[in-house]
Amino acid sequence: MFDDKKIENIEEAKEKWTDGKVKKVIERFPERKEKFTTGSNIEVDRLYTPADIKDFDYEGKLGFPGEYPFTRGVQPTMYRGRLWTMRQYAGFATAEESNKRYKYLLEQGQTGLSVAFDLPTQIGYDSDHGLSEGEVGKVGVAIDSLKDMEILFDGIPLDKVSTSMTINAPAIVLLAMYIAVAEKQGVSKDKLRGTIQNDILKEYIARGTYIFPPESSMRLITDIFEYCSKEVPKWNTISISGYHIREAGSTAVQEVAFTLANGIAYVEAAIKAGLDVDDFAPRLSFFFNAHNDLLEEVAKYRAARRLWARIMKERFKAKNEKSMMLKFHTQTAGSTLTAQQPDNNIIRVTIQTLAAVLGGTQSLHTNSRDEALALPTEESVRIALRTQQIVAYESGVTETIDPLAGSYYIESLTDKIEEEAMNYIKRIDELGGAPRAIEKGYIQKEIQNAAYKYQMEVESGERIVVGVNKFQIEEEHHKDILKVDPEVERLQRQKLKALRQERDNQLVETKLNELKEAASTDKNLMPYILDAVKTYATLGEICGVLREVFGEYEQSIIL
Amino acid sequence: MERAIRVLVAKPGLDGHDRGAKVIARALRDAGMEVIYTGLRQTPEQIVQAAIQEDVDVVAMSILSGAHNHLFPKVANLLREEGVDDVLIIGGGVIPDDDIPGLIEAGIEAIFTPGTSTKDVVEYIRNNVKR
Repeated sequence: MFDDKKIENIEEAKEKWTDGKVKKVIERFPERKEKFTTGSNIEVDRLYTPADIKDFDYEGKLGFPGEYPFTRGVQPTMYRGRLWTMRQYAGFATAEESNKRYKYLLEQGQTGLSVAFDLPTQIGYDSDHGLSEGEVGKVGVAIDSLKDMEILFDGIPLDKVSTSMTINAPAIVLLAMYIAVAEKQGVSKDKLRGTIQNDILKEYIARGTYIFPPESSMRLITDIFEYCSKEVPKWNTISISGYHIREAGSTAVQEVAFTLANGIAYVEAAIKAGLDVDDFAPRLSFFFNAHNDLLEEVAKYRAARRLWARIMKERFKAKNEKSMMLKFHTQTAGSTLTAQQPDNNIIRVTIQTLAAVLGGTQSLHTNSRDEALALPTEESVRIALRTQQIVAYESGVTETIDPLAGSYYIESLTDKIEEEAMNYIKRIDELGGAPRAIEKGYIQKEIQNAAYKYQMEVESGERIVVGVNKFQIEEEHHKDILKVDPEVERLQRQKLKALRQERDNQLVETKLNELKEAASTDKNLMPYILDAVKTYATLGEICGVLREVFGEYEQSIIL
Repeated sequence: MERAIRVLVAKPGLDGHDRGAKVIARALRDAGMEVIYTGLRQTPEQIVQAAIQEDVDVVAMSILSGAHNHLFPKVANLLREEGVDDVLIIGGGVIPDDDIPGLIEAGIEAIFTPGTSTKDVVEYIRNNVKR
């Protein structure tokens, strides 16, 4: 990209500058630190010049938006065509309450829904199960049966919105319920747009809402891939998630590496199940975190896009360009929110929003300022949504595509993250792939080490967190926070009891038995689960049947 | 030689957020304590059983799912029912200020919220351990 002579001149001039001007200044005013690093501990130089990217091959490394290797973005016009989808993750208490919040968010200009389920739902227990005690409706909405799902989407036309559901181990059941609700609204499956998270590997690594052992979980996932490729073609069948890996304490490089390593495992499983890579790969999507180190994050998204494109093309021989595109959702980093001086979190979220947008995200959730204290209030959620809208409509960063490209720093950091992530992926390949590396605790251990290092840096003051280890103030009690009424649990159980009395229990049993039988063969389970949910069999009953056949995952404890 | 303080780090309920629990476990271990970590999804009964079996001096629980008002007191009550009254019970996580007095009354002696230094937890345990 640059001619050798010019690079030589620049290198010489930089040396002169460093030994002259810089040295002189440093003698009198030393720099703030001996060593400067990114938020993820990649060393950062004082100044970047063309010499740092001297072998830069524009067409090979960047290309054009919407073209391989997609470094600059997956769409040809990016935000000049359409802004990203503003999608606030929400859900709490009962389906009725959550339905109200969704309608409010849609009225406020949100453009897609994102459903948060409570923990019992995520782990396949009904609200009246012993282990559900104290958890019903807490971190999301409680869904026991199709009945709750009908209420959740009441008055929301499913052919008009796109819906993302954060559901993993029982994703197949919740997707079946969604399809059944759509049918009742007169909306056919092929019109449904949305995403299920459906990423079990990161549950074993970082998020913890697993049910079944890996092999059976992977089978449910490939059943979904297969069914949707034929019946629900616009649905994103998985959201391969680095978000939770990063929240668990990983670095930016680890986030990219472990997420793509999981992605590789899903592609391999689907191919092994007999699917053609180009039949399912276009519906794979990703989910990343957005942290405070703005430039590192931008480089991270760009590196992830380039790396995935190369993996799909070179390793899996994908032919369809859509199979090579890494489309992703972003959520700002919950772990960066502080309970101290919570209004400061609005500024953190703004920086993180800029990172996601400058990195070319397809959709975004912005966290609310009070989430280190509790679930967000309606007012806090509105500010979080307004943050996106201000970046979208007032900041100007949307007007040209990938505006930071060509920055010597950004390009060299993009290369660096790609290279280090690739090294991790090679290591995981050597261990036998992501599922094996998880089983051995390798991935968990790497993340835990990074998390511990981070905490120690904060405690030593090496890393400053404003309001936590510097610039603290005496604070008042935080009063204005959202509380979920404990009454919700009782109400939900009551509804469930009534349902169990009203429905045709014989039919439920027949359908559950058919499911059980199919589960021990290699038949695609989606049609059986769809039949079962339509009889108002509960989530707990369906997962119970699968637990009987598949068994349950036992976590290996790694400290 | 003085016996090392034994701590059970526990994750009650269905919550899967274990970054905090693991960081605390490691910090306590680095501070010379013996740490047993339960892993995820423990019922109050399992936690109490582990505490008795392992003969711990401290039970340190972590919840970020909002189920603390239900699960923390349950563990404290069960320990009491088992006749254990010399174990220090502490908790941490995303716990609203308003909930803290109730938890302390229920027998959780200290609650640590986001932003707490692990050094403070170590020091608290050393100063308040009962045996």
